[in-house]
Amino acid sequence: MLLKEGEFRNPSGCAISGVIDRSGKKISGQCMIDSIATMHDRSNGLGGGFAGYGIYPDFKDFYAFHLFYDNASSQHEAEEFLKQHFEIAYYSPIQTRKVASIKDEPLIFRYFVSPLPRKLEASQLDESEYVARCVFHINTTVKGAFIFSSGKNMGIFKAVGFPEDVGRFYKLEEYEGYSWTCHGRYPTNTPGWWGGAHPFGLLDYSIVHNGEISSYDANRRYIEMFGYKCNLQTDTEVITYIFDFLLRKKGLTLQEAAKVVAASFWSTIETKGEEDRAQEQLLRRMFPELLITGPFSIILGFHGGLMALNDRLKLRSMVCAEKGDKAYIASEECAIRVIEPSVDTIYSPAGGEAVIYTLKGGVNA
Amino acid sequence: MKRIYVEEKWCLGCHLCEYECAFANSGMTDMVKALKGKTIHPKIRVEDGKNVHFAVNCRHCKDAICVNSCIAGALSRSESGVVEIDRNKCVGCFTCVLVCPYGAVMPDGDGHVAQKCELCTKNLCGEPNCVAHCPNRAIVYEERD
Amino acid sequence: MNTFIYPEYEVVRNQDNCIACRVCERQCANRVHRYDEENKKMIADSTLCVNCHRCVCLCPTHALKIVRSGDTYRENANWDMQTVNEVFRQANSGGVLLSAMGNPKNFPVYWDKILLNASQVTNPSIDPLREPMETTVYLGKRKCEVVRDQNGKLVDTMSPSLKLNLPVMFSAMSYGSISYNAHESLARAAKALGTYYNTGEGGLHKDFYQYGENTIVQVASGRFGVFKDYLEAGAAIEIKMGQGAKPGIGGHLPGAKITEDVSATRMIPQGVDAISPAPHHDIYSIEDLRQLIYSLKEATGYQKPVIVKVAAVHNCAAIASGIARSGADIIAIDGFRGGTGAAPTRIRDNVGIPIELALASVDQRLREEGIRDNVSIVVGGSIRSAADVVKAVALGADACYIATAAVLAMGCHLCRTCNTGKCNWGIATQDPELVKRLNPNIASQRLVNLLTAWNHEIQEIMGGMGINSIEALRGNRLMLRGVGLNETELKILGIRYAGESL
Repeated sequence: MLLKEGEFRNPSGCAISGVIDRSGKKISGQCMIDSIATMHDRSNGLGGGFAGYGIYPDFKDFYAFHLFYDNASSQHEAEEFLKQHFEIAYYSPIQTRKVASIKDEPLIFRYFVSPLPRKLEASQLDESEYVARCVFHINTTVKGAFIFSSGKNMGIFKAVGFPEDVGRFYKLEEYEGYSWTCHGRYPTNTPGWWGGAHPFGLLDYSIVHNGEISSYDANRRYIEMFGYKCNLQTDTEVITYIFDFLLRKKGLTLQEAAKVVAASFWSTIETKGEEDRAQEQLLRRMFPELLITGPFSIILGFHGGLMALNDRLKLRSMVCAEKGDKAYIASEECAIRVIEPSVDTIYSPAGGEAVIYTLKGGVNA
Repeated sequence: MKRIYVEEKWCLGCHLCEYECAFANSGMTDMVKALKGKTIHPKIRVEDGKNVHFAVNCRHCKDAICVNSCIAGALSRSESGVVEIDRNKCVGCFTCVLVCPYGAVMPDGDGHVAQKCELCTKNLCGEPNCVAHCPNRAIVYEERD
Repeated sequence: MNTFIYPEYEVVRNQDNCIACRVCERQCANRVHRYDEENKKMIADSTLCVNCHRCVCLCPTHALKIVRSGDTYRENANWDMQTVNEVFRQANSGGVLLSAMGNPKNFPVYWDKILLNASQVTNPSIDPLREPMETTVYLGKRKCEVVRDQNGKLVDTMSPSLKLNLPVMFSAMSYGSISYNAHESLARAAKALGTYYNTGEGGLHKDFYQYGENTIVQVASGRFGVFKDYLEAGAAIEIKMGQGAKPGIGGHLPGAKITEDVSATRMIPQGVDAISPAPHHDIYSIEDLRQLIYSLKEATGYQKPVIVKVAAVHNCAAIASGIARSGADIIAIDGFRGGTGAAPTRIRDNVGIPIELALASVDQRLREEGIRDNVSIVVGGSIRSAADVVKAVALGADACYIATAAVLAMGCHLCRTCNTGKCNWGIATQDPELVKRLNPNIASQRLVNLLTAWNHEIQEIMGGMGINSIEALRGNRLMLRGVGLNETELKILGIRYAGESL
């Protein structure tokens, strides 16, 4: 019998793409579908997905939970839990269209929720930690239920299939956001479950990742000390948790977090100026277990921006481009050219070089 | 010039150097054949005292008294500084044996001519064999002032 | 009358090759060899031989070897020869049997039942000859808060740590149990390699204060040689609570080894037996340990990490958890195969547990409690090769301690008679004639060679796994697979069986 995603490690090769309009103007999800479709051969039909930011302006103060359910009883159990912990402002099935290549769809629901104030206060946690723990609770203990998106004013859409088909399945041409990322998966095992597709998200953070990290179990066993549960056993999951831990819990900046996961070599650090040297040495000494080795190219989506990062040896392809206020990141240049043929600048970031694009006016502009 | 120096601190008194010297100068390639059942006449000798051991061989003195006192012109100092002995010229008067302050010149096995350390320059070893085989690096071959 | 026990090993001389140079005779402190003038032959008395191989190594014509003598009692699976001989020995002497070095019994060596991974196709291996391959390790507490100065820059609030160029240190061997030259060799090698050696409970000879930056000074139950300058001299302080070779008991250095120099270094009378108590008599519980840790930190101005060394015993995970909460920066765990200069045979051979299992359970326990960051873990007893180091790190160790491998590099042939003080290799002895056989110019270089070679191998293995920094290997148990292990063993080690996929 095939094991379910999460019961085995499933390394994947992949395609990733991302776009942001730094002026805050909205971009249609169709743009990302066109981009990822160009890299069709980098996926094998076993997973695709998208993350859009700024897509739920009407519910921007609520956490948007996207859930997969295996059946009505898992839905019932999960909803009971949600009701006990959140005020549910609105919920409905996520609208989809039939696509021939997308099969075995689970029940897919969306909830806009806000923590029950009394429960939140009783938990003695800050709000984000409260929400994160509720997400872990459902994903770990409610059989057949899986929260695959949990941020505010953002949403993840994913399925087993080629990414362009997944985009059409979710009718993403109807969504508009200031930034998007997407992912086409080439797993080396046959996942039977939609939750294993990417992006992977926790709260506002989402990750699309191409690679297979060799540090996985060192990273996993470390991060699990801090309440994270690596239920899926995928690289993307642990990388998301690492960024959540460093950025949200530890308060590091994006650049600092990048220097932890894709640290400069000690020998390179030695050659830096005194201040940088001290900061980078300190970061490596503080969080050595969060260094990620092995090939990866990732796009981290967050409120108000995108960050692109390669492993420190640059073992995966990734290019960045800009055109006016728009910025593009993709595994291959073709995925950018197809949606913006005449870019102003285009280059291939060095290994370990974090490329950060943020909204010019900040998140609320 | 590079000379052999002996570090008394590390000399164990194992006498291996004597056998390695005798073997090196035997002209043979098999130590057992060269030395089995034979009395050896090495050009390096280990002096043993109570808890003190010290291997002694020729210092290749700059102003070598043995060279100066040789009546037959058998002893000489080469361009590279090695004090050499020509067995064909040696008449076996052993003046050199008497004058060497270190006892580093001695009659050879036959007792007809004198012998002394020539830093393995005239055998198959090339580099001094006692140095190569000292188990505790007590005998070293190096350049010092 | 004493029962005669036929020697287990016997000296075999190829008389055809023996040139009677008498090197064997001069080099044997046990007086095995002698020259028979009458027959013009070398002869040997195997009853005196400890099988240290000094003569074998120095014989210029390779005429000597030591073989199992083959003398045997009637075969008996229950009463094997050694067991019977030990009864005879005790009936002869009435004494506790003493042994040296590590447990030689046939217990499972888990390192040899663990296999490593390598990358291919989905993930490239990395060539350490072409790409940086980092083996630098910092040991110490990693738990720290993110604090920023007024400019937003991160402030270093980390506890003091040790920086190692490679994840291997020389573990504790006291001056007294080993020689001055052995200590000098270890100190010089540690400095050259960018790692540390450990004084053991023997104090620090005044000549070696110059190597302080690469020295871990030990404080053990006898407090030998401990005073302010000593504590300040080292880079770290290790409190020795236990030793893998003899958990639960103290140490005993016979008066014969307490020479003038040893006496001065240990600050104890010359020629009198030095006995370390079994427990620290000021530490009867974990809160007492905390007090000693902070006493030592107070004494050294909170500038040095404190290591607590314990023997691997049944409840070491709980002990480690206590230590991790006691203010210690590093926990050193010593497995039951670890060496010693002298231990009661029964203790050495029957007390404690394998380091592989102890390490796996300690690392897992600390993670489950969320306190793995409180301490670094160093393991020893016994780490035999670069592969063992890699497996230990993947199980969760920050670094390894080696001592048996180090003395082997210096010449030891594991004859396991350190307790006699007649070490022919000049290591475990204080006899000046024997000590001088260990020339630190040679021995320190051999130690450097050994660990340089190991580091190359560690880098090769890491590169094969696609890992280019040792911290990404630490606790990375997916890189390990077991063979020949049962379910319980796999569970404790936290690894899967070979053939089980990712």
